[in-house]
Amino acid sequence: MEKYSIEVKNLSKKFGSFTAIDGVSFGVKAGTIFGFLGANGAGKSTIIRMLCGLLEATSGTATVGGFDIRREPESVKRIIGYMSQKFSLYEDLTVLENIRFFGGVYGLDSKTIEERSGWILEMAGLNGQGKKLARSLALGWKQRLALGCALIHRPEIVFLDEPTGGVDPLSRRRFWELINSLSESGVTVFVTTHYLNEAEYCNDIRLIHAGRIVAGGSPGELKTGYILNPILEVSVDDPVQAMEVLKGEPWLLGVSLFGTRLHVGAADETESPAAISRALTGRGLSVNSIRKIRPSIEDVFIKKIEDESRPDKDTGRGR
Amino acid sequence: MSWLRVRAMIRKEILQISRDPRSLAFLIFLPAFMLVLYGFVLNFDVKHLSLGVLDQDRSPESRALIERFAVTEYFDLVAAMDSPDEVNRLIDREKIKVGLVIPAAFSEKIADGRNSPVQVIIDGTDASSASTAMGYVAAILADHSLKINAAALARRGLRLTSLPVVSRTRVWFNPELRSARFLLPGLMAFILMTVLVTSTSFAVVREKERGTMEQILVSPLKPAEMITAKVIPYVFISLVSAHLILLAGYVLFGVGIRGSYPLLLLFVTVFLLDGLGQGVLISTVTRTQQVAFIMAVLSTLLPTFILSGFVFPIREMPRLIQAITYLVPARYFLTGLRGVILKGSGFPILWPQLAFLAVFGFVVTAVSILRMKKEGAGESGKRGPR
Repeated sequence: MEKYSIEVKNLSKKFGSFTAIDGVSFGVKAGTIFGFLGANGAGKSTIIRMLCGLLEATSGTATVGGFDIRREPESVKRIIGYMSQKFSLYEDLTVLENIRFFGGVYGLDSKTIEERSGWILEMAGLNGQGKKLARSLALGWKQRLALGCALIHRPEIVFLDEPTGGVDPLSRRRFWELINSLSESGVTVFVTTHYLNEAEYCNDIRLIHAGRIVAGGSPGELKTGYILNPILEVSVDDPVQAMEVLKGEPWLLGVSLFGTRLHVGAADETESPAAISRALTGRGLSVNSIRKIRPSIEDVFIKKIEDESRPDKDTGRGR
Repeated sequence: MSWLRVRAMIRKEILQISRDPRSLAFLIFLPAFMLVLYGFVLNFDVKHLSLGVLDQDRSPESRALIERFAVTEYFDLVAAMDSPDEVNRLIDREKIKVGLVIPAAFSEKIADGRNSPVQVIIDGTDASSASTAMGYVAAILADHSLKINAAALARRGLRLTSLPVVSRTRVWFNPELRSARFLLPGLMAFILMTVLVTSTSFAVVREKERGTMEQILVSPLKPAEMITAKVIPYVFISLVSAHLILLAGYVLFGVGIRGSYPLLLLFVTVFLLDGLGQGVLISTVTRTQQVAFIMAVLSTLLPTFILSGFVFPIREMPRLIQAITYLVPARYFLTGLRGVILKGSGFPILWPQLAFLAVFGFVVTAVSILRMKKEGAGESGKRGPR
């Protein structure tokens, strides 16, 4: 049996009459990178906040590191690290003062704090900048410093709530490298993001939409398990116009715009390209190429959300 | 309570305070500065009332009476008038507060041994000055009449040796009845409360606004530890400002401490804890610094000014209002402070005041800790940004 770091059963959260989280269940295996994927407001943060003890669940149960989040919140706090999009640093304190403060709050003695601050500076790429005010750091560095502060007590499980929000692509990549090395060292990482491409970095993903888990699995499983029909990438000169045309064709399973190209869900891959081509040229649109591609997480996401929004939805929750 | 955690939090608070020297200066010097300001402005002593005289008699007797008024420090003779109309005009223009009209037959009637009325007109727009002025006028006239009688008896070879009943009044604790002495303890309570509650009400709400609160709530730091750590640095800072107030009171208004300094220190410290506790409480129930500021001002300014006995005596208030004053910590502080500073009373007399202050402090602190606990597991994220 595999060891789970986090186990959630039927967890719900209501704010008044609004159901933010509607009975979600999942398990996070120890030492993996577990990703929550969803649009803003889908409920990702609400789940994290409940697991970290910042918010009380309305119903359901959850354990974090084997501790019940309702009955043993203090034990949970000791073994988790938490970092949110806001990079909650004290802007009027220096880098080192921030590290020392968070070390102290976790009850570390000054010798340990001194040791670990060296490691955090190294990790955040802030060597020699310990005396700089946090306020003066660029966003990418703030983000890594915040992560370092959240890790100072060497937690078993780290919750990262939209950790890459607003950060430039290069810093984002560097940040994911950090997350990877954390996971390699045995730390369980629970991360939320609305950048669909970041899902590729995770071992296990849940797609969340309107407070419910709509799909889950590894990136590979998601791509092959949910979309059984072929996805065709159509390259045309006027993709917007072409999308309008193809949306009018009832035999297509879905059309979405990806940059300058269209992704079209087709019933089969032998007949459909020719049919698409005919439909477009018939309306005076020239087709550059049509080829079959491996579906991306985004394709899955869009398909699942379209399925969910359909009035006669027949898809169950989760898998 | 883990001392390591509390110490880390105190260090952080001190660093943050030191990074913001303007707020620190505000906290330390504003109270003393306000004392100077209020101390000079809030003066209930009625002296140097402007006096105008219409002397229609122009006799040595009338001049002697005017002289009696002019030599006192209560009245300043600012105008000699020629007609009754002028009296009206000068009072309307607020040139004079008191008008004295001596009619033409004044000396004649005195010489005849008859009653010789003079007219006194007082501007009653400021009722409290007016009633004090009436008292002064009556006393001066009575004294003057006595002198006239004595002189008349002397002329007949008789001597007025003594009056049957003489009052020998001694005013204790504030012999000169200077309002500064009476007001200083109240001012101290008022200023400390307003400044302290306002500045500490920012302490927790600031962390909420900046998002750092969340980071603390997921850590093992307990609400009680956090509140202790938030309050301790401010206790020391406000003790400094309280001493500056005492110093300013002594240097500028000559108000020294009659009673025991340790007892005074105890009163001040407990009162500071109350104020700080109230500030932190406000901080835990509000979300933004603006709201916290408004609540701090409303909950300190008026109650401390009106309901503490600072200006208006509590025993003359309606019963319901009197009941409310029991909830105002400044009330107990004020009684204690007046006791120690003016009367030199000791602990055996003042301990109930101290006890009430301590209870208030205990309650506000307990409520804020409970509030924080609820926040930790509770509804903090309800309206927060996702």
